[in-house]
Amino acid sequence: MTITRRLTLTTIAALGALSFAPTAWAQEKTDFKVAWSIYVGWMPWGYAADTGIVDKWADQYGISIEVTQFNDYVESINQYTAGGYDAVTLTNMDGLSIPSAGGVDTTAVIVGDFSDGNDAVFIKGAGALADIAGRDVNLVEFSVSHYLLARALDSVGLSERDVKVINTADPDMVGAFQTPDVTAMVTWNPMVAEIETLPDAVKVFDSSQISGEIIDLMVANTDVLADNPKFGQALAGIWYETAALMTADTEEGAAARAAMGAASGTDQAGFEAQMAATKLFADPAEAVAFTSSAELGATMDLVRAFLFDKGLLTPGATSQDAIGIALPDGTILGDTANVKFRFDTKYMQMAADGTL
Amino acid sequence: MRLINQQLSPPVATALKFAPFALLVLAYLLGSAARLAENPNDKLLPALSSIAAAVDLMAFTPDRRTGDYLLWTDTWSSLKRLSAGLGISTGLALIIGIGVGIVPFLRALLVPFVNFVSMVPPLALLPILFISMGLGETSKIALIVIGVAPIMIRDLAQTVLALPREQIVKAETLSASSWLIALRVVLPQVMPRLLSSLRLQLGPAFLFLIAAEAISADSGLGYRIFLVRRYLSMDVIFPYVAWITFLAASADFAIDRLRRRLFPWSELEGGR
Repeated sequence: MTITRRLTLTTIAALGALSFAPTAWAQEKTDFKVAWSIYVGWMPWGYAADTGIVDKWADQYGISIEVTQFNDYVESINQYTAGGYDAVTLTNMDGLSIPSAGGVDTTAVIVGDFSDGNDAVFIKGAGALADIAGRDVNLVEFSVSHYLLARALDSVGLSERDVKVINTADPDMVGAFQTPDVTAMVTWNPMVAEIETLPDAVKVFDSSQISGEIIDLMVANTDVLADNPKFGQALAGIWYETAALMTADTEEGAAARAAMGAASGTDQAGFEAQMAATKLFADPAEAVAFTSSAELGATMDLVRAFLFDKGLLTPGATSQDAIGIALPDGTILGDTANVKFRFDTKYMQMAADGTL
Repeated sequence: MRLINQQLSPPVATALKFAPFALLVLAYLLGSAARLAENPNDKLLPALSSIAAAVDLMAFTPDRRTGDYLLWTDTWSSLKRLSAGLGISTGLALIIGIGVGIVPFLRALLVPFVNFVSMVPPLALLPILFISMGLGETSKIALIVIGVAPIMIRDLAQTVLALPREQIVKAETLSASSWLIALRVVLPQVMPRLLSSLRLQLGPAFLFLIAAEAISADSGLGYRIFLVRRYLSMDVIFPYVAWITFLAASADFAIDRLRRRLFPWSELEGGR
């Protein structure tokens, strides 16, 4: 009697502890969850949530949108991939390698900006990129920094075999750069701005030299979006209202930039310096033009080749065609039967046409 | 019959031993099947076959880039750091613990300091360690030592102080010097406790090792877990966690066996 009861209790406890119920995605619904993390191009989402812009657009479409800030970027993507969130902010590379490689069909609703100097390669002492050969390079492995390094090495005829990569956590980059055994580093803003001010730091390459390849997106689950186009429309509405405000040369614009700067741990001047290294698409027509351009396809081709080379394009992928990427003009890069990453200009176009 | 007097027959006892493990596996399989039915590429609870494939890839297939077998190079890197950290801590505990326990001068000098240092949260010191000692092996080993040694020193000093005073007095009447008393009376009696103390610190030592490897490394068990976490590769993380648990449990068992072998008298009850 006692034993059976104990067994029952153990069973309940064990099952309770492990009840990862799969989330039902595909259906019409009214409550949506959006995750974002601190980065210059994503600060508008936090600002919009704080100032009621999110609620305004959600109310217009009769839905509710809960916006959650994550202190850990990777965790926010993992939560989205696991089904806890309907949309998340991420880069084109991480979108392909995390949710899409994890089988979650993902659509880029808004192409918000691309890095135009926000990511940089530093070396100590000597003055040119080629001097990086033979050094240990500290960076967050498999992140856009790693991609930037691969592209930088490529530009001077070197390959990753010529350096040794040391995985280093991003909050420790600035401190690490000041230790004697660190002689080369790849990182992103706000650390780039901090490292630039150090005496022996030389910036030898940055993302403005591969302009338009590191793209910051707001992506949503494709099934959720298909069943709830209102959600995509609301996201576009929120983004373009906030982006217009933050780029405006007015008192309200300055106040918005100051608030976003404070929220990201700097001030208005620091935030504006980061914005200068970011090509922000505040004009929807410009974003549509960029997304439909042939360059985007070429970029995704480079990105998927990089991910395949690193073994990140699903385990057991035999070629870089393992995952299909749908471009706005209808062409598909890779496996047409396994399209998991899509660029869709529909919602940005509606914003451009003023039909939201 | 009272609950505390319940007699379990051997088969029931055996069944109970395995029940929680079996339930855990069952709950995992059910959860995994449910999620995989929804999305065949789900990474959160991968099927056992994907886990087996990942183990094969990590442990028995040379890495495409370096030609190394990743699981073994990771294990080797981590064990080197762990054994260096624990070795230094054990040595410090032995010397300082006995010194503090029998020499009043050292007791007055070091006890308040060691007690103070043992309360510093080591993980909060991590950024300072990395900046002052660099990102290499030194700072990782130092973190383990800072986390583990003060507790071991305090534990050993307590053991020395708990020895019957009469033994020391007796040795003195036989004209033993302080050095001889430390060596022949105190040392043999505290050695078993030192090994038990080491066993209890294995868990914290692994915690500090993994925390240090998460910040900066190019190999190691903790490094790999934090690296593939970026891709939610649970098929790699689960085997690594199981492997770390196995390593820690084996070390625990081995140290305990060593203690019983070297100091059989320390296991008067139930010793074999």
